[in-house]
Amino acid sequence: MSSVIAPTPDGVDQYFWDGVARKQLLLQKCAACGVLRQPPAPMCSECNALEWETQEATGRATVYSWLQSHHPTEPDAAPRIIVVLDLEEGVRFVCNLVECDLDDVRHGLPVELTWAEYPSMNREEPQILPQFRPAGDGA
Amino acid sequence: MDRTLADGAAVVGIGQTEFSKNSGRSELQLAAEASLAAIRDAGLEPSDIDGMATFTLDTSDELLLMRALGLREVNFWSRAPFGGAGANTTIMQAAAAVASGAAKHMLVWRAFNERSGHRFGQPQDPGTTVGWNWYLPFGLDTPAKIYSLTFQRYMDRYGFTNEDMGHYPVVARKHAATNPAAWFYERPITLEDHQSSRWIVEPILRLLDCCQESDGGVALVITTPERAKDMPKPPVMIRGIVDAQLIHGHVMFNYYQDDLSRYEENYRAAERLWEMTGLGPSDMHVATIYENFSPIVFMQLEGYGFCKAGESVDFVKSGHIDLGGTIPVNPHGGLLGEAYIHGVNNILEGVRQIRGEAVNQVDGAEHALVAGGRGGMVLGKA
Repeated sequence: MSSVIAPTPDGVDQYFWDGVARKQLLLQKCAACGVLRQPPAPMCSECNALEWETQEATGRATVYSWLQSHHPTEPDAAPRIIVVLDLEEGVRFVCNLVECDLDDVRHGLPVELTWAEYPSMNREEPQILPQFRPAGDGA
Repeated sequence: MDRTLADGAAVVGIGQTEFSKNSGRSELQLAAEASLAAIRDAGLEPSDIDGMATFTLDTSDELLLMRALGLREVNFWSRAPFGGAGANTTIMQAAAAVASGAAKHMLVWRAFNERSGHRFGQPQDPGTTVGWNWYLPFGLDTPAKIYSLTFQRYMDRYGFTNEDMGHYPVVARKHAATNPAAWFYERPITLEDHQSSRWIVEPILRLLDCCQESDGGVALVITTPERAKDMPKPPVMIRGIVDAQLIHGHVMFNYYQDDLSRYEENYRAAERLWEMTGLGPSDMHVATIYENFSPIVFMQLEGYGFCKAGESVDFVKSGHIDLGGTIPVNPHGGLLGEAYIHGVNNILEGVRQIRGEAVNQVDGAEHALVAGGRGGMVLGKA
């Protein structure tokens, strides 16, 4: 299994990585006007409020764009499918697509959240990451 | 009417080092050599320079470059953030500085050992910059991958394949093949060569879609049109220059706009540029287009209105961007064929085309578009 780069939480995104450790995909939401912002920001671009809360994503999404990397060097030696997703909540999220061949990926493909643990390149402990896979029947 | 930078400044000097994969000397020395060549080309002495602009990423600091060149007193300096889009921004800062009177003679430089030293094509170091946490853990760690998530949506929407994109590198390498300054001088490629080069990002980019990593330095001197009249080389007017940065950009690109098949910053830059200059795509005789990777050329041909959205592949295939076509693009070979000096070498080619001194000269070039993604300029004869 290929190793991944562990994040270095920077204060703005600490809530997200705390959520990941509990296998929760958290989105930042303005406490004043309710607008979701992903990636997060310390101030709401729509109403300039500083107060915010989190909302757990349902994990339902569709594929917006994708690629498979063949870059020959570490840290990403093994090909991974990287996707831009449209989350059901209406925000974009960059993630990986697993359990899917490159030839089967298409714009609008319904996908669902799953979780995986990878060896970390830059930390001793393994890194939990949100991942997405093609949605099962009825998803 | 609001004031603009239209016809507010002129390029009067250009200079460059050789372009290589191992310069064998410091980035500061490359900066000094290119800068001195540009100052001499303008018929000036280093002590005439009173303003400086470069990229935030340039490692040569202003004081050390002043000391190397012999700049006695500098009254204005500035730097442009981010990567290749900074090429246009530095020129805009210099034009604004001379047009406002903040400086008389601005030096713009960019110099690096981007192949023998820090390589931009290699994966980003972990944990270096705020914002990367959203990308690095998922393997999105190089410019090729970061840009490809946008290119993919564009290509998928119009049914373009990687082979379609390959028509641009063939043109760029054909142009570079007759430019002795180009790294790929006398080394043209065929579409078959392109298609047999290895995947970098499947199914978007092969090796021959990617710009070079280069060592080298380039520089320009910019002053007012009035001062330019008394200088040795024919002045090259900056007829208009614009930048267009839009909200929700993040780290290196903007995945958060509605429609990634449309390079919105580029459309907006084009709209502002044509409005500022009173010119349009049919008035351009030649264009240099910033190309980190081939698909961005196709997107900008559409954004600047040389063809309609979704028609750029047919446009390129039918020879419009070749020397002798309706709008020759990157006659020097561009960043794929000549060298990758962060896009600034494409600006120098625009200047040479307007002066009439380019190695692959477009006959009668009176207006050149220098397109830089989210910004651009029109260069023209005085």
